Order: sequence, then structure tokens, then C-alpha cells
Amino acid sequence: MKIWAPLLAVLALVIIAWLGAGVFEWTSLFGIIIPYTAFAILVLGFIYRVIKWAQSPVPFRIPTTCGQQESLPWIKQDKIENPSKTWEVVGRMALEILFFRSLFRNTQTEKREDKLGFGSSKWLWLGSLVFHWSMLIIVLRHLRYFLYPVPAFVQGLEKLDGFLQVGVPVLYLTDVFVVLGITYLFLRRVVIPQVKYISLAADYFPLFLLLGIATSGILMRYGLKVDIASVKDFAMSLVTFKPQVIPEIGTIFYVHLFLVSSLVAYFPWSKLMHAGGIFMSPTRNLANNSRAVRHINPWNYEVKTHTYEEYEDEFREKMRKVGLPLERE
Amino acid sequence: MMYNGGKIITGLIIFALIITAPFWLNIGQADEPPEISLDTPVINQLSEKECIESAEFMRSQHPQLLNDWRDQVVREGKTVYTSSSGKEYQISLDNTCLQCHSNRSEFCDACHAYTSVDPYCWDCHGGGIAK
Repeated sequence: MKIWAPLLAVLALVIIAWLGAGVFEWTSLFGIIIPYTAFAILVLGFIYRVIKWAQSPVPFRIPTTCGQQESLPWIKQDKIENPSKTWEVVGRMALEILFFRSLFRNTQTEKREDKLGFGSSKWLWLGSLVFHWSMLIIVLRHLRYFLYPVPAFVQGLEKLDGFLQVGVPVLYLTDVFVVLGITYLFLRRVVIPQVKYISLAADYFPLFLLLGIATSGILMRYGLKVDIASVKDFAMSLVTFKPQVIPEIGTIFYVHLFLVSSLVAYFPWSKLMHAGGIFMSPTRNLANNSRAVRHINPWNYEVKTHTYEEYEDEFREKMRKVGLPLERE
Repeated sequence: MMYNGGKIITGLIIFALIITAPFWLNIGQADEPPEISLDTPVINQLSEKECIESAEFMRSQHPQLLNDWRDQVVREGKTVYTSSSGKEYQISLDNTCLQCHSNRSEFCDACHAYTSVDPYCWDCHGGGIAK
């Protein structure tokens, strides 16, 4: 059920787009209204979620560390595992976001006869890295539909991605890698019993949706074919706010577009928000300077104090009469 | 009430700027889509202006067609293409396609630049025509 429901949901999305844009020809709905709405949901939803998270107080420093913290000058600090300055945190975060450093330390426990063994497990790290980097390059490559003239870095990225020069249009390596990455991430959820046990429909749905997006895109490029100049005309009309649907673009294009719209509209309300969440992780984005800086809990209530000076002011006359020493006459 | 509001709002502004980049980068920048020119001496002399297949087919399928042509000539030694209407054409980018479409920069390159396609066909072919 956890697997079949999301799979059917994605298939339903494909059928909805196929029927809506292909059979009933509601092209303005599927080409203009839904993409604009979905994009607005992504941007506003993302900001809403982050602002909501920002309302949780983080009174004290709680970074997870696994290295020597800043100490005496002759003790070498591990600046990445235990950062104490902002720029060290920036380095740590950058490595985490770009190379998934904490996932690199993933371990696996295995029972061998009556002994428990711990070993390094890099497959999840590798699979995630392959998927996320392919995804990033694919998204950046798509800028060629939204900008004219096309910036040089997008062209360079395409060149690099298709450098094997297999076929015409050339095969993009990221198209292969993204499917491999998603397939791996799916298979580990069904093959490893412990992972399968904790996997929910919300884990499978994004995987199927991404696989649907990749498949429809690959099908459009290498199989069913669409007129790419019309696609660009259409994409440019969207980003210049002069939306105009081009009726001759094949239905496969609308399937791809509708699946992408579904993904971006789903994004802010799902686990996919880890993209924003990683920046908001207090166990990672805080410098470990608890011993150097005093952090005061922001919601500490005002404590009523009565200092000695105030006490003396209050009882000065009486103290002087009985001959007690005074700080101030 | 937000904690670390300054940093988070800065981050969110950067996020919004990056994700909406295609919208604001195009303000006043976007060039007009290219005009595809069919004005060449050979095409002008044709009584019936038609390509080897329908224009719709050629628009979306010409890369695939050229790829198939390459395989047919180089690997199978087949040099004649029979179109869906039954006409026969020599399989050659230089001698068939570019014979009519001799204005590469206004025809081929216009759309290729528009959609950022840089086919490696031109590494060998099309040398006789000015870019």
C-alpha cells in the first residue's frame, strides 16, 4: 500500500495531463494556469516554511561535533568538524550541502554469527550524490529554454554533459545518471528490510514523481520528439509574462510540464523541504563557541535584583546611626 | 517572532532571487525569436516548395533523421532515401539539405542558437557554406 498508492498517484497525474492537454486540449490550463500557480506555491510556500521554522528559538549552541574543539593554542583544532568561527561554519555547511559530508560517514551494522560488526557504507552517499548533482545540472541546463541569448555557462554545461557525442540529439550523461540515482534510491527502500519497514508513502511519492519527470523528459528528447523551437517560444512567453500556448507541441510536453508543476507545488509541504531545512539545522549551522561567548536565553524573564548599592541607599541613615561602615557617605 | 531574522531573511532573499532569475534576467534583455529564412536561390526556383518530409516532421525529427542517415550511409552503404511520399533523395547533408538551404546562418544556425543547440555535424559538414 505504501508503494502502490504513490505509484498510482503518479500514474493518475500522467493520465490527467494526457487527457486534459492531449484529448480535451485544455492547453491554457495545463500550459499557463497550473505552471504559474505551482511556481507561486513553490516560492511562497518555501518562504512560509522557512519563516515558520525561524520562529523556533535556538537559545544555545547545539552543534554536533566530532573533532577537537578550539582550546589552548598548542592544541590543534579541527576547524571543519568543530567550527568556532562563522567562516569555519560556512566551510562546514558548504561541504555538507555540496558533498553530503555527514552521509559519507554512514555506517552499517551487521550481525555475523554472535558478533556485531560495524562497517563503512558509502552506497547511499554515492547514490544521493549522483542523483542530486544530476538534478542540479539538469535544472541548470533547462535555463536554455528560459533565457535568450543563452548564457555561456549553460552552453558549456550542455557541452560537458553531452561530451560523449552519442547520437543526435546527443545523449546527456545526467539523463542516464539521474535515472540510475532515482532507481538506486528506490531499490534500497524495497530491498533493505529495515529501510522498507520505515519507508512511507511520502518517501515513495517523490521518487516516483521524479522518475516520471525524468522518463517523460527523456522520452521527449530521444523518443517521441517535439519541436524544440516551439517549446522555447512557449517557455519564453511564460518568463516574460506574455503567456501564449503553442497548440502543436506534443502531449508528452504537457505531461512533463504537469509532472514538474506537481513536484514544485508539492515541494514546500513535503520532505523535499530538506533543501531549505539543511540551512536551518542548528546542529550544523552553529559555531561551537559556547566556552568563548556567553549565550543568554532570549526568553529569560527579568529577574528582580536589589544590589548592595540600592540596599545602602535604602538604609543609609539607619546604618550611619548604628555606626556601620558605608561604601559611600 | 523570528530568531536570527537578519541572516534568515538574507538567505530567503537570495533564494527568491535565484529561483526567479529567469523572470528578472529577461527584463529588457530577451531578444526576439529568430526569423527563419527560406529565401535562397534554389528554393526560390522550386515550383513546389516542399522539403523531403512535411515541415512539422522536419521541425521535430530532423536530428533523428540525420542520425539515421549517417548510420545508413556509413554503416549500411545505403545512399538513397525514400520519403513518405515515395520520392527518392540522395542521402547527404551537403548535397541534399544544404543544396536548398544554402543560407546556413539564417536557417540552421538561427534556431540552433535560439535553443542553444550546437550539433557536431558541422565539425565536418557544411564547410562549403559561410557560417
